[in-house]
Amino acid sequence: MAHQSNYKPNSGFEKWMDERLPIIRLGYDSFVDFPSPKNLNYWWTFGAILAIFLVLQIVTGVVLAMHYTPHVDLAFNSVEHIRRDVNWGRYIQSAHANGASFFFFAVYVHIFRGLYYGSYKAPREVLWILGCTIFLLMMATAFMGYVLPWGQMSFWAATVITNFFSAIPVVGDSIKTLLVGGFAVDNPTLNRFFSLHYLLPFMLVGIVALHIWALHVPGNGNPTGVEVKSKADTVPFHPYLTMKDLFAVLVIMIPFAWFVFFAPDILGHPDNYIPANPLVTPPHIVPEWYFLPFYAILRAIDFNVGPIDSKLGGVIMMFGSIVVWFFVPWLDRSKVRSGAFRPMFRWFYWVWVISFIGLTYLGAQPAEGVYLFFAKLCTAYYFLYFLVILPFLPNIETTKPLPASISESVLAKSAPKAAE
Amino acid sequence: MKKFTKIISAVLIAASTLSAGTAFAAGGGDGPDPVLQDWSFAGVFGKYDPAQLQRGFQVFQEVCSSCHSADLFSFRMLSKKGGTEYSEAQVKALAAEYTVIDLEVEDGERPAIAADTWPNPFSTPLEAAGSNNGVVPPDFSVLAKARNVPQKFPNWIGNYFTAYQEGGADYIYNLLVGYHEEAPHGVELGDGQYYNDHFPGHKISMAPPLSAEIVDYEGNAPETVEQYAKDVSAFMMWLAEPDMTARKELGFRVIMFLILLTGMMYLVKRRLWSNVDH
Repeated sequence: MAHQSNYKPNSGFEKWMDERLPIIRLGYDSFVDFPSPKNLNYWWTFGAILAIFLVLQIVTGVVLAMHYTPHVDLAFNSVEHIRRDVNWGRYIQSAHANGASFFFFAVYVHIFRGLYYGSYKAPREVLWILGCTIFLLMMATAFMGYVLPWGQMSFWAATVITNFFSAIPVVGDSIKTLLVGGFAVDNPTLNRFFSLHYLLPFMLVGIVALHIWALHVPGNGNPTGVEVKSKADTVPFHPYLTMKDLFAVLVIMIPFAWFVFFAPDILGHPDNYIPANPLVTPPHIVPEWYFLPFYAILRAIDFNVGPIDSKLGGVIMMFGSIVVWFFVPWLDRSKVRSGAFRPMFRWFYWVWVISFIGLTYLGAQPAEGVYLFFAKLCTAYYFLYFLVILPFLPNIETTKPLPASISESVLAKSAPKAAE
Repeated sequence: MKKFTKIISAVLIAASTLSAGTAFAAGGGDGPDPVLQDWSFAGVFGKYDPAQLQRGFQVFQEVCSSCHSADLFSFRMLSKKGGTEYSEAQVKALAAEYTVIDLEVEDGERPAIAADTWPNPFSTPLEAAGSNNGVVPPDFSVLAKARNVPQKFPNWIGNYFTAYQEGGADYIYNLLVGYHEEAPHGVELGDGQYYNDHFPGHKISMAPPLSAEIVDYEGNAPETVEQYAKDVSAFMMWLAEPDMTARKELGFRVIMFLILLTGMMYLVKRRLWSNVDH
């Protein structure tokens, strides 16, 4: 860890351990003594919320896997068996399914917070890139998990998504066949998706560990974007941030419990209660809500550009919309880190958030008429924001003066009248 | 803090409501709007009405089950708490009236026991389709969750706050009472098709299954198509979600506990941070 270690082994065992594997020191330095900016707002609690949901998904998922049968003839009923006959099964299944939604909700807040406060800027580029990788892995994991109940939407989502890969020139069809385990989605698909759905979360845990490591080297950013200058700017992680994070986690748990216990199916699609049938295509194939923005971008490309047909174009734009995140640390050329001191940036940022939410809505609508027009508009702005606004806005923007330190900004905030 | 919670709730609402647009694929669309019913099992404190479920079961037993299967419906479910609540002796006697296939006994058949599932009226899907205008009648096990009523924007936004999960029961009720004797002018019905206001595309291959006095109720409940439809829709909701009452009761306690703990945690946090400028 970057900061000075203040760990003092207290007992004989701790001293013995510290000389062999200083794991207690690592834990103490990372989660007890770790100096954190004292001005972190509640948007900074979503990291802890995400950690809790990752653990929750893994624990519920491991239990579900004990009762689930990955076979096309048995999968659908085995999920119902969990909900009907397994002790506590209906709560575990509901927590897992709705937990995915809350996981994504929290990750979007976490990412948007990073984009607003410039959390991706030096020296936190690697931290940001690891985060983007986590998001990609989450998407893959969630998609494969959605296939497992083997309802109509599971089956057709698997068919549509794996078809994306066939858009890749030359090798596309071979990649698709490898992914699906045959020429169409069938039992081999279900089996490999189950296997990967169990594997990927543990890879996620590994990258999350790197993400936290990369966070603890430069330390937390903060709403002012001014780096920590002295000890007066910080509080120890425990108990200050642990208790605050715990409070935020509990706040999120209330709507989570609402969904789990009172509306377990409301975020899902009724068609997924119809067992998968390769011979019947549902009237509307829509992904889960957290994929809708990217689905809208995919479908917004309905025209060919030179040798690239609309299908490949859509797939490129859809993947590109996340790939572009990886380059944000270098695309944003503003010297000022936090959006709070960038009056013009703020407008472009919030329009971007609204257009992202707009894409979520449009992804659920049929790709025609006015919906398609707005999907194209939002898609255009999505890329404009990253490729034009972030690099060139600093040329014309006059930023507000930055506080000298975190402590100074805190004092100015707590005594605004005295300052006048 | 206040501003934060405001933003959080706004984002939560926005995100969750947006997804709802996807959730109403089933349903007619261009017919009259479905009439939503008052269900005893709606809302946070919703409970099934055992008398209604028993009537619904009777309709299922005497009418629906001659064509529709219910593979996940085991007899023992009928004596579960929070459901039809028959006594175990009643369920045992009822099961014994039915014959199930069991390849491990002589003749391959035996009387059902409580642990058995409801016998399928047809031995193969092909036979089921052959007897029903070429369409396999959908299985009832989770059918009430596989259907929903179409709702226009912004009506469905409220669903997230009322925890509306009765769309399937509402759809089935409206379908059962939505038959027309004759198709409207200009609609060509195929052989064995009927016109229904709420079926997607309006052409349904199921003949109107209910008519007045087709089922003989023991109590005072009216023997009308509307009453039958309502009772059997409630029964199907229970069939799809037999432990809903227990789920909601536990949920209420969990949320009360969480609110209390969150409040206490907030006090801890406030006390802790009270001597830090932040």
